[in-house]
Amino acid sequence: MSVIDVAKTDPTAGKAIKAPASPWSMALRRFTRNKLALIGFIILVIMFVVCFFGPLFSPYELEDYKISMKNKPPSAEHWLGTDNLGRDILLRVMLAGRISLLVGLISTTISVIVGATMGSIAGFYGRVADTVIMRITDIFMAMPTLPILIILGAVLSDLKVDPKYRIFFLMLIIGILGWTTMARLVRGQILSLREMEYMQAVDALGIRDRRKIFRHLLPNTVPIIIVAATLSVAGAILYESVLSYLGIGVVPPTPSWGNMISAANNMIDFRKRPWLWIPPGMCILITVVAINLIGDGLRDALDPKTKK
Amino acid sequence: MGEALIEVKNLKKYFPITGGVFQRTVGYVKAVDDVSFDIRRGESFGLVGESGCGKSTTGRTILRLHEKTAGEVRFKGQDLFGLPKNKLRELRPELQIVFQDPFSSLNPRIKVGEAIGEALLEHGLIERKKLKEKVVETLEICGLASYHYDRFPHEFSGGQRQRIGIARALILNPDFIVADEPVSALDVSIQAQIINLLSDLQKERQLTYLFISHDLSVVEHLCDRIGVMYLGSMAEMADKKALFSNPLHPYTKALLSAIPIPDPTLKRERIVLQGDIPSPANPPSGCKFHTRCPLASDICKKEIPAFREAEPGHFVACHFA
Repeated sequence: MSVIDVAKTDPTAGKAIKAPASPWSMALRRFTRNKLALIGFIILVIMFVVCFFGPLFSPYELEDYKISMKNKPPSAEHWLGTDNLGRDILLRVMLAGRISLLVGLISTTISVIVGATMGSIAGFYGRVADTVIMRITDIFMAMPTLPILIILGAVLSDLKVDPKYRIFFLMLIIGILGWTTMARLVRGQILSLREMEYMQAVDALGIRDRRKIFRHLLPNTVPIIIVAATLSVAGAILYESVLSYLGIGVVPPTPSWGNMISAANNMIDFRKRPWLWIPPGMCILITVVAINLIGDGLRDALDPKTKK
Repeated sequence: MGEALIEVKNLKKYFPITGGVFQRTVGYVKAVDDVSFDIRRGESFGLVGESGCGKSTTGRTILRLHEKTAGEVRFKGQDLFGLPKNKLRELRPELQIVFQDPFSSLNPRIKVGEAIGEALLEHGLIERKKLKEKVVETLEICGLASYHYDRFPHEFSGGQRQRIGIARALILNPDFIVADEPVSALDVSIQAQIINLLSDLQKERQLTYLFISHDLSVVEHLCDRIGVMYLGSMAEMADKKALFSNPLHPYTKALLSAIPIPDPTLKRERIVLQGDIPSPANPPSGCKFHTRCPLASDICKKEIPAFREAEPGHFVACHFA
């Protein structure tokens, strides 16, 4: 056969052992070059480590009520002071962080799974499936989220849901309300990917629908999903804080950043005892900013048009 | 030559044009408009014509990558459009396609080895253990190397990617391959390599090609019979020799006179067509070519010329041929 021997003309032939430069590893390289995104990532990791492992080193317990120690400013024993029931604020901030971060992660996971599934069904099959799913998202998007969350929160209170399980309902509600954005993004992306020539090639090869969706289409939407999901984690944390502040999200005694701030809802606490509300407030601020930085960095890293 | 492997009868493919608020259909682009031809087992059939004349759409509709508007395509006597989806899927390995654009026809996130081998697994044609061996063998047949198995498409040049596309089609051991302008996106030096690869493969495996191109010299080199398309219809169809030595349709004559000849001293009559190709959404009445034809007369504006056999095996659609 008159085949040109490519092996002899390929300059990279000798480096056959090196790991292939997958699109993912190139994106990772671009991400680590982005200083702000890296800082955001480091802050978030620290936040996770402190919240999940910090309480193990605390000498106090969540239920250590010491009325004699109430409302003390920061000191050597209580680094961030104590609250109106004499509990250690630092411990409570860390435990609250667990809750908030978990709510952010799990509710986002729920909305990604529901949204990506619905979006890919709508985009791939089109016609009736597309119309039905898109009208459902329209309905969800037309509902004002905050009032709905407040109503659902009030319903949870009325049903006397155990505070321990309440948080799971909260995750579910925030997740379900958030899937529409994800579904629209995935659908739009799949609609455009479906027209790519390699999808025709896959058709000609006789690949089954399942593999077309999960191996060929969804991996190409992952960059968009990751970016949207990152930003939605921040949104979910904020929603949880708002609801908890209003007393209908995570309810005491379970601490959350939102309900810790709401403990400072009178003028005296606000003006004279800033250690009650500044630490949880700063935690929300830092976490959300860090997540947004990561989101921006990921968007730049995963967008193939910004190839260097 | 043997019996017909592919029979195309009165194939039509219209794409609807939608407009207005309610996306009503306001017209049709007649991409393929009543095309008929046979491709015999083991031959290469060339389909030529200028950009937008429906060559690629014809090729893709034959493989049922588009649904037809009307007409019939038979492969080994079976009506492809009559088959249910699952039967068609089982038949896919026998009918393959090589695409024009080697960049968009490979999924950027799938490694080359997987892209080539996936269809074998999907059709249960091979055991998982033997897959890599088979893929590497096919890579080597197509002039690539075994270490290319774990690479991503973006690490290859255009010519190499086209070899990957050929390997992907070839590994299924097809009978029929639609080569949809497989070389027009490549440099001339690489074009020759790919054409030689295709022609070697044909000799070895008795492949049947539908070779779509706008480059007459490429088609002349590779094909046995040639069909010339203009604006969705077949203008002329004949054996290569007959078509090049005795073109009957004025459009074919104009195309042939445009082939560059590497001899500066040779003088010849160059037929330059006036105007642009009309819109396939609103084709001219009668003979579609009459707006640009040097021979056009009144009858051409009124009557659609029949696609008739002017000489044995030489078909033409012209009132004057």
